[in-house]
Amino acid sequence: MIDISNLSKRFGAFAALDDVSLRITPGKLVALLGPSGSGKTTLLRILAGLDHADGGAVQLNGLDAGTLKTRDRRVGFVFQHYALFRHMSVADNVAFGLKVKKGPDKPNKAQIAETVGQLLDLVQLTGLAGRYPQQLSGGQRQRVALARALAVEPRLLLLDEPFGALDAQVRKDLRRWLRRLHDDMGLTSVFVTHDQEEALELADEVVVMNKGRVEQVGSPADIYDNPATPFVFQFLGNANRLDAVVRGGRALVGPWTADAPDIADGPAVAFVRPHDLDVVPGGDHAIIRHQVVLGPTVRLDLVLDDDITAEAIIDRESHARLNLRTGDRIGLQARRIAVFAAP
Amino acid sequence: MMARPPNLRVIPGFDTTLGLTLALLSLVVLLPLAALVLKAAGLGVAQWLAIVTDPRVLASFRLSFGGAAIAAGLNGIFGLLVAWVLVRYRFPGRKLVDAFIDLPFALPTAVAGIALTALYAPNGWVGQFLPFKVAFTPLGAMLAMVFIGIPFVVRTVEPVLQDLESELEEAAACLGASRAQTFARVILPVIAPALLTGISLAFARAVGEYGSVIFIAGNMPGVSEIAPLLIVTKLEQFDYVGATAIATLMLGLSFALLLAINLLQKWNRQRMGAAS
Repeated sequence: MIDISNLSKRFGAFAALDDVSLRITPGKLVALLGPSGSGKTTLLRILAGLDHADGGAVQLNGLDAGTLKTRDRRVGFVFQHYALFRHMSVADNVAFGLKVKKGPDKPNKAQIAETVGQLLDLVQLTGLAGRYPQQLSGGQRQRVALARALAVEPRLLLLDEPFGALDAQVRKDLRRWLRRLHDDMGLTSVFVTHDQEEALELADEVVVMNKGRVEQVGSPADIYDNPATPFVFQFLGNANRLDAVVRGGRALVGPWTADAPDIADGPAVAFVRPHDLDVVPGGDHAIIRHQVVLGPTVRLDLVLDDDITAEAIIDRESHARLNLRTGDRIGLQARRIAVFAAP
Repeated sequence: MMARPPNLRVIPGFDTTLGLTLALLSLVVLLPLAALVLKAAGLGVAQWLAIVTDPRVLASFRLSFGGAAIAAGLNGIFGLLVAWVLVRYRFPGRKLVDAFIDLPFALPTAVAGIALTALYAPNGWVGQFLPFKVAFTPLGAMLAMVFIGIPFVVRTVEPVLQDLESELEEAAACLGASRAQTFARVILPVIAPALLTGISLAFARAVGEYGSVIFIAGNMPGVSEIAPLLIVTKLEQFDYVGATAIATLMLGLSFALLLAINLLQKWNRQRMGAAS
């Protein structure tokens, strides 16, 4: 169990973390998701003991982390650019954490060789033990870094933008592979990402961060379906932002109405995802200004009344059936509208 | 087979630049050295051996090469320390210290020698507090060699230390390494090639050093006399043959040592897999 309470950290006038509290359950794969500067990497570094908080506390399995040195925390850290030791072979990199052990815990050479062999099998680099980091591809380096971190049997595995430096295909494969590894080894892992797709696909629990604060914590589906704040809604995918007016629990959003319980009467903001907008025949809500074919879908750039721009994404079949042309006036129906109190 | 089209290189001027390089190298380096060897070749082998195995000559070689080796070793330690402090810490006056490092490059060596002598003479500011003699002993010669050699180590190690990612040290700490283990296993291997280059430059410089050493060493034949001084002494006695014999041996030894260091570097690079 990792308990983070009221953590704060400032770099000069910039608040990297502002009163962050969070609980990480053992066995979970947790994503810290947020834009750059949201404090997610700072939080990760404080967990590893590479940075120190100005206020608040971190408890690792009941121990106050403030009293533990980095090297005594047994936290595995995979750096964004891997930080492999260039002058060591793959096997020596993986063995590093075992070789620097002291006292009765120090394994002998045969034990080290055996563990390294097992880890290299695990990360599918069996034949590459003698290679040097600069002779490996990005994805292979990533897996060496992971094997190196796992060698010391960490209580907590931390990954900083683990797929940031890889190309799209490798990234997808590695994601699935990491998910399996996490489940097979029964790890507790936290990874940092700015890619909402990665967070939603990989994590058991997503922590959305913004400006040093936690905006929302929840399962990927929960976060996506019930975003707590306008920031979360916008960060998890494209969104059309519209002005709304709330009267007695109902919101008027352009040509539509939506439920808005718990929101006081008066001006509000509403969001509609582009794929939640359907084109209906015979209406008159918007003009198509531009159309872009994106593989199986078509994106329509629309102008609503009062010169408000919006996007809709519809599938190719509906697009062909409706025979839409640039300049057409169309009717729109919103399947889901999220309403928030005006900021 | 297709004929190779002319001027295939992207960067032009290979012929011209190589020609100029060889011409300059010949005029400035190779010709004088060739003349030296030619002059010495006038001696028979037996005569040459007789000159260089003279006890006074052997003693001067011991001091020149042995002293330079010790001085280079000390410079390796101190130079690394200075470079570390300059790169890792921010303190007031850092830029000033940084500028001081280069002074031994620019200062006339005689000035350095006289200054060091004044300080370390038995009645000098520092010398009077030391229980042993520094100036006018082989120790003084090594002190001067350390002085003129230190910028070589600092300036070659500094950029490599600057490029050393702090993430490497953080990774080592996360894996359970102590500071000492991190230094020995992670930092030192990375900076070793640059450190070795700096030490070999400092060594080469110390072997050839003349100006500062002759003021502080006392130049007692067989004790604190360096080989370059012996050459000058022989020249002043119009013993040109003796001077050339000593000079050729110096040349040969220096070349062999520098070649050995270069081979060591190459081996080190290959060991680290950088050759791929």
